[in-house]
Amino acid sequence: MIKTVVSTALPIDERLLIKKNVWSHGMGNKRICIVTGTHGDELEGQYVCFRLNRIIQENLEKLDGTVEIYPALNPLGIDSITRGIPNFDLDMNRIFPGDPEGAMAEHAVYTILQDLKGADMVIDIHSSNIFLREIPQVRINIHTADKLVPYARLLNIDFIWVHEAATVLEATLAHSLNSLDTPTLVVEMGVGMRVNHGYGNRLVMGILNLMHEMGIWSEAPEPHLISKPVVSVADEVSFINAEASGVFLTETRNNIIVEEGEEIGNIVSPLTGEVLQQVTATTHGLLFTLRAYPVVYKGSLLARIHHL
Amino acid sequence: MKREIIFSMESPFRDTFRIQGFRFGSGKKSLAIVGAMRGDEIQQQYICSQVVRQLAILESKGRLLPGHEILVIPSANPFSMNIEKRFWAMDNTDINRMFPGYDQGETTQRIAAALFTAIQGYTYGVQMASFYIPGDFIPHVRMIQTGYEDTETAGLFGLPYICLRKPLPFDTTLLNYNWQIWETKAYSIYGGQNNQVEGSTASDIISTLMRFMQRTGIIRYSTSMLPDYNSQIMNESDLITVKAPVAGILKKMKTARDEVRKGEIMAVITDPYVGEVIAEIRAPEDGIIFFAHNKPLALQNTPLFKVFEV
Repeated sequence: MIKTVVSTALPIDERLLIKKNVWSHGMGNKRICIVTGTHGDELEGQYVCFRLNRIIQENLEKLDGTVEIYPALNPLGIDSITRGIPNFDLDMNRIFPGDPEGAMAEHAVYTILQDLKGADMVIDIHSSNIFLREIPQVRINIHTADKLVPYARLLNIDFIWVHEAATVLEATLAHSLNSLDTPTLVVEMGVGMRVNHGYGNRLVMGILNLMHEMGIWSEAPEPHLISKPVVSVADEVSFINAEASGVFLTETRNNIIVEEGEEIGNIVSPLTGEVLQQVTATTHGLLFTLRAYPVVYKGSLLARIHHL
Repeated sequence: MKREIIFSMESPFRDTFRIQGFRFGSGKKSLAIVGAMRGDEIQQQYICSQVVRQLAILESKGRLLPGHEILVIPSANPFSMNIEKRFWAMDNTDINRMFPGYDQGETTQRIAAALFTAIQGYTYGVQMASFYIPGDFIPHVRMIQTGYEDTETAGLFGLPYICLRKPLPFDTTLLNYNWQIWETKAYSIYGGQNNQVEGSTASDIISTLMRFMQRTGIIRYSTSMLPDYNSQIMNESDLITVKAPVAGILKKMKTARDEVRKGEIMAVITDPYVGEVIAEIRAPEDGIIFFAHNKPLALQNTPLFKVFEV
């Protein structure tokens, strides 16, 4: 059943509508929510929502509980290829828990949070941004690691990054929900403005696996099909940032093991033909983030490696 | 006056990105002023450029008091202003949400780090700021409540109000917040509109900055005829927000600085197709309009006015 979570009038004959699809079946009272589309340039979650809706629709008898699917928390952004909320300065994932008395965006996130609160699990799907390509991973604040890592392991992803707490991240959807005792996992995978079917299919299987463990989905995926992620805690990640401005060229793919000193790519000058920087791995480890957008400034993030 | 490059960075395809600073006097680091950090903060940049001009004149007349150094940085982001974007053109990040910065991090973190290094250690720090919701403000000093905010010296600007804001998580990366934590008495000055340099607001703010420098013993300056207020300290949460009950085309009768009586019509919202008035926006109390939305379109629930009850 399609439900409207937020409905606010825009100036000219249109409403901002944030919708969810609610599937309920059986006697179970557990609820899992799949949310995505907070950033309008991240589309990997669209495929996951589509596939989940189809699978549940065609196999409703396997459901014992409630699944709620929110494909677009920021419909104006997705529809206009805008990462943030059009005409609003702040990132939608930096204004939680919102404010019922605030501007339209603050009001919307407040309403979304109230709607999700109390779920037994929330999966918040992101796809990096247009600049970086990520392997399928879950990111967890160190303060919630004990509780959430066991759930994240079920999601059929390759990597779990337990990161340090940062004050600014307290304004994310995941942090707000976890603070309200609503367990929330943040998935990052793929790259902005694109859909990777392979990653999407893996996450769909992972979500069904998690649902099965929670007693919401009767069918268990074959255990050998569920990958065992590498778990990285805090300071095991090296960041490689550009030390020159130019065009980053690479033949490398992420999700590989690199050796220290191994070439990852080059920053070049198209005007002079010079190689401005040879970019090499700073450590031996799993290359899990790789620059996708070629134009870089000094400081642009090129890669992240989990030290092995 | 010493003109210097605070930070420079080669761009992939454009000219070199530069942040310029203008240093006056020598001795104790007394005052740093930062102008535009976003590409649409043209008024903020204009004000700083005029302050540079006035300080150069005072310097030539020997009216900078000895033992003080003043640093003015009119723009930390010429690249965005040149192409009329508010945020960093490459990735849309906001330099003013990157403090204290990180010199090994992302581009705007590096810019923030370089800027923050240059402006650290000053007794007073003034930022010409703009708000995340577009609109016109009554000129005021805004301070984030860190526990270090110094409202007494904020009164030396002689602006009518000092507005205190409790920090939310996303405020902890602002310059004002970090300046305070690093022991500079920091003030954000909100003047009015970003894109307007005509009218009295910009020149009023320039006079206010000169008055502050005179009162803190940094310059010898004859006070202007500008009204000098005994600043009232208030909390942002004290403001009464008046929101749009419906969406449509907004026609304002009142704007920031105007006094209103309870029940007085401040604006109307009209139907965008048939032109009828669909909402009258009335003053909730007797007061002064502290903030006014300044776009002709109103979304439902948009805060149109913030009224300070008197």
